[in-house]
Amino acid sequence: MEKIFFRTESLYDVATHYCPGCGHGIAHRLVAEVVDELGIREKAIGIAPVGCAVVAYDYWNFDCSEAAHGRALAVATAIKRIHPQNIVFTYQGDGDLAAIGTNETIHAANRGENLTVVFINNAVYGMTGGQMAPTTLLGQKTATSIEGRQKEKHGYPIKISEMLALLPGVIYVERVSLQSPQEVLKAKRAIKQAFENQINNLGFSLVEVLSPCPTYWGQSPKEALDWIRDVMQKEFPLGRIK
Amino acid sequence: MEKKKILISGNEAIAEGAIQAGCTFYAGYPITPQNELIAYMAKHMPEKGVFIQAESEPAAINMVYGAAAAGARSMTSSSSPGISLMQEGISYIAGSQLPAVIVNIMRGGPGLGNIAPAQSDYFQATRGGGHGDYHLIILAPGSVQEAYDLTQTSFDLADKYRVPVMILGDGILGQMMEPVQLSTKKIKANTFKGWALTGCKGRKPNIVKSFFLREGALEEFNLGLQKNYEIIRKKEERYEGLFLSDAKVILVAYGTMARIAKSVISQLRSIGEKVGLIRPISLWPFPQEPFNLKNKKIKYLVVEMSYGQMLEDVKLAVGGRQRIEFLGRSGGGVPSQEEIINKIKKIL
Repeated sequence: MEKIFFRTESLYDVATHYCPGCGHGIAHRLVAEVVDELGIREKAIGIAPVGCAVVAYDYWNFDCSEAAHGRALAVATAIKRIHPQNIVFTYQGDGDLAAIGTNETIHAANRGENLTVVFINNAVYGMTGGQMAPTTLLGQKTATSIEGRQKEKHGYPIKISEMLALLPGVIYVERVSLQSPQEVLKAKRAIKQAFENQINNLGFSLVEVLSPCPTYWGQSPKEALDWIRDVMQKEFPLGRIK
Repeated sequence: MEKKKILISGNEAIAEGAIQAGCTFYAGYPITPQNELIAYMAKHMPEKGVFIQAESEPAAINMVYGAAAAGARSMTSSSSPGISLMQEGISYIAGSQLPAVIVNIMRGGPGLGNIAPAQSDYFQATRGGGHGDYHLIILAPGSVQEAYDLTQTSFDLADKYRVPVMILGDGILGQMMEPVQLSTKKIKANTFKGWALTGCKGRKPNIVKSFFLREGALEEFNLGLQKNYEIIRKKEERYEGLFLSDAKVILVAYGTMARIAKSVISQLRSIGEKVGLIRPISLWPFPQEPFNLKNKKIKYLVVEMSYGQMLEDVKLAVGGRQRIEFLGRSGGGVPSQEEIINKIKKIL
C-alpha cells in the first residue's frame, strides 16, 4: 500500500504545548513540510520569536535561534549575511512583528534582505494572557480592551502586509488563513513560494497567516475558525498583496 | 612582514584592531563621539566581511547577536545613550553564551547629557547593565596603542569564554591621535564553533537561545555562567602598577584619567614626592592583586571622570585596610593635574 501521509522529517515526534485549536501546530507543520519538500533542512536556520511559539525549536528538526521580542529580523539579517548559502526565516507573531519589532520589520524589508518571514496573525497577545495587539479588530474584546477595541482610544488594526508591500525591497507578500483545509493548502503554497524566492535570491518575502486563538478569543476551536472566515478575513482580506 | 607604524585616532585604532583580529561583522548606529569608528569599519571592512549601518542601536546589537550565533567574529560600537539601548541585546548575548565585542566610547550623561568625554557608565558596564545575573569582560585602554591591542585581545577573550567583551573608553581616547605600531600577528582563523548556526548537515541541530522554562533549568544554567565568571575572575585580571613599592599615596585611575594621573606622578616624583599609580585595565574582573599592600599608612586617591563609581570597587579591593580619598568630576568636567596635586598635598 502506498503511504500518502507521514510525519515530516523537519518536525520532531513530540507533543506541542499549544492550546487546543491553536494554529501554531498547523503553521509549524506547514513550514516543516515546505522545508522538507524543498530539500533544505540541512541549510535551514529558523528564528523563533518571543511569545507562544518561543520554543518552536523544540519541534523543528533543524538549526534555530531565538530572538528578543521584536528583534528576529535583525538577528536573521545578520545570519543570512554571514551565511548567504543558508535558508534563513523568521516565524513571528503580531505582537512581535507589528508592535515592538515594527522598526526591525520595516527596515529589514526595506533593505530587501533575502529572507522569508512567516507572520502569524491571531489578533491578540497569546502568551502574556490575551491582551490587545496592534492587529486586534475593532470591537474585539481583550484583557486590555475590555469593552472592545475602539478606534478613538486604540487606533485601527494595523495592516503590516499592505504597508510592507509598498517597499521596493519586498518582492512577495501574501495573506493566507488556517480557517479550513482548503485555506491551509493555500497557506502551504504561499509559504513554499516565500522559501523558493529566497532560494532564488529574489529578496524579502512575507506570508501573513491568519491563525486561530480560541483561548483568548473566548471561543471553541470551531467557533474560532468560523470567526476567522466571518470577521477576521473581512478586515484582513486573503490573497496575494504583492 | 615589516612593522608598520601609523598615526591614527583611538576610534580608528579600535576599528583597525578589530579588522586585524578577524572581525568580519560590524553593525552600528552613528552617535558622537565614536563616529570615526563606524566610518572606518564601513570603509575598511574586508571584502568577505559584512558592514551594516543599522536602523537603531537595538537592531545593531541584535545583528551582532545573529552574526555571533552564525559563528562570525562580530562587533558593534556606540556611546552612552546608545549603549543603554543595547542593554537588552547584551543581556541576550550573555544569556545565549555568544562571543561578541561591544565598544562604548563614553560621553556625559544621564539622559542625552552632552558629547563631552566622561566615565560615568562604569556601573552600567561592570554590573551587567541589562537584566539578569551576568557579566561582561570590561577592558579600558589608556592609549591609542592599547585601544588597538586590547581590541584584538577582546575578540580572543570573547571566543575563549563565550562572553561579550566591552571596550570602555571615553571621547578623549576615541578622538585623540597617536602613533600605533600595527600588529604583525597573523589573523587568527575563527576557532571552531561547534555550537554555531550553519545548517545541520551531518550533525544534530544547534539551538542558540537563552530561554529555560523547565523548573530548575535556568538556575542550573546560571550556575554554569557563574563558574565561567569565576574562572575569568581568576585568570583575566589586568592592570598597570607604577611606583607601588615606595608610594605613600597611590592614585587609582583608568583610561584617559590615568594619563592625567601619570603626568601628576612624574611632576610630583621630580620633586621627591612618593606617589604611585594603580591603573586597572580590566574593570571587570576588577584587579584585586595590586591592592594587596600590607602597609597600613598607604593612602589611596581614586580619580574619576564620574562621581565615584570605580571607587566602590577600590573600596571592596582595599577591604578597609587603608584610607581611600576620592576626586571626581563629571558631565564633561575632567579633573585637572592641578586639582589632583592639591588634593594629594592635603592627603600627604
